[in-house]
Amino acid sequence: MASPSPYHEKGRLQSLQPALIFRSRILSAIRKWFEKSGFTEVETPVRLPAPALELHIDAEPAGAGFLRTSPELHMKRLLAAGYDKIYQMGPCFRKGEWGHLHHPEYTMLEWYRANADYLDILHDTESLVTQVSHSAGSRPLPTPPWPRFTVEELYLQHAGWNPVASYSAERFEHDLVTLIEPALPRDTPVFVMDYPAAAAALSRRKPGHEAVAERFELYINGVEITNAFSELTNPDEQRLRFEHCAQERKAMGAPTYPLDEAFLAALELGMPPSGGIAMGIDRLVMVLLGATSLDEVIAFRERIERSITPRGGSSGIDAI
Amino acid sequence: MADYTASDFRKGLRVEIDGVPYLISEFNFVKPGKGAAIYTCRLKSLIDGGTFVRAFRSNDVLKKPDLEERTMRYSHNETDHYIFMDENYEQFTLTAEVLGNNRFFLYDDCEVRVLYHNGRAVDVTLPTFIEKEILDTEPGARGNTATNVLKPAKINGGFEIQVPLFVNQGDTIKIDTRTGEYADRVLKK
Repeated sequence: MASPSPYHEKGRLQSLQPALIFRSRILSAIRKWFEKSGFTEVETPVRLPAPALELHIDAEPAGAGFLRTSPELHMKRLLAAGYDKIYQMGPCFRKGEWGHLHHPEYTMLEWYRANADYLDILHDTESLVTQVSHSAGSRPLPTPPWPRFTVEELYLQHAGWNPVASYSAERFEHDLVTLIEPALPRDTPVFVMDYPAAAAALSRRKPGHEAVAERFELYINGVEITNAFSELTNPDEQRLRFEHCAQERKAMGAPTYPLDEAFLAALELGMPPSGGIAMGIDRLVMVLLGATSLDEVIAFRERIERSITPRGGSSGIDAI
Repeated sequence: MADYTASDFRKGLRVEIDGVPYLISEFNFVKPGKGAAIYTCRLKSLIDGGTFVRAFRSNDVLKKPDLEERTMRYSHNETDHYIFMDENYEQFTLTAEVLGNNRFFLYDDCEVRVLYHNGRAVDVTLPTFIEKEILDTEPGARGNTATNVLKPAKINGGFEIQVPLFVNQGDTIKIDTRTGEYADRVLKK
């Protein structure tokens, strides 16, 4: 790809300045909210021996390990050790994700509360996002509580079927993009709640209603901003889900990763019931700014393409 | 012929669906929730310019179309057959059907780019602006420089084009070949 002229590049960065100042105000307001709410900021490794296993997330290899796709497993080890209100904001990496809502290196905010569930996290989310948008001076958001829709009611209304009763991942995801997300209200943030158990990821099933998982996502202006769970704390079920995921990845031809045994060992010793959430900060800045692409809130979106010559091997091209 | 999987898709890529070559004119990568990647593409037909949007999953495959672009110059026409020559003086014939309205915008030695799909000419691109003389139009009001009131005028071949009132018979105008519409009047030197 041809490099843009240095003059064009300078002009581009100059025109981004108001957005990046806005972004800086948001980062500052986030830290203030957590400080006021009595959370501890923690830092966990960026390079990991074993990334959190997810069916559709690929990790970037880094030395003998991988760059983190999320700090989730290390933060849960802190919860298991007795830390009760922790947060972290920093870079995460997802291989090959590039689009107006995706960048392979992005800023993630995660926070966890021990002895809590996803509804406590939902209230945190309303408070945090309201406070942050107010401090940063963006267009005021409606006063919480914000509307909550279950996955079941959204699919019945907009897609004509119930994924909680009979799940198909392919149909669920296709309809989410083509029917559900476009139908979500734009005049208020909304929560999409209670996913089919098959799409639980690392969340626990709802006590008394095992067909759904206690998971929610916050949407602002039709854009997914967060993913939150009542965390799965059962070590046996967690191991089964990881193993099942590893098998599915292998069957798909996706890269396989080792299981994080240190995390599973911490669950064996016991982790309190907890609520946790991951929030895409680049997207949050984007929607609060009224922008529609990450291009407008990230200073440098440069594709890295390198030719590598492994020792004693033939040359190859690696690109993201 | 090699194929493309959805992870190869990008803006500007040309693909083939049901025997029709398309250009990916808009491209988006989205990953909903914790789901698999979905690639949404706006596809523009290279034959009739029609567009539609379709969502693909990463293991979907599209054919790579057999496309070739040739540059050539207009020589002359024999009724509905238009004769062109490339730089090696090799002769090519395009039909009025493939040329569409572009056939009225040709001039001697006009350079065109012709897109061939499976060896068949499917699209012709002319220089963006070409000049033509007005052969016939109603006299306009003198001094009327309004550009929002239009009247019909004829260029060679009897092709009718809408021009502002101040354009007269014998004037030369500039035409945008992308739209086939009047662009400007060329002032006589």
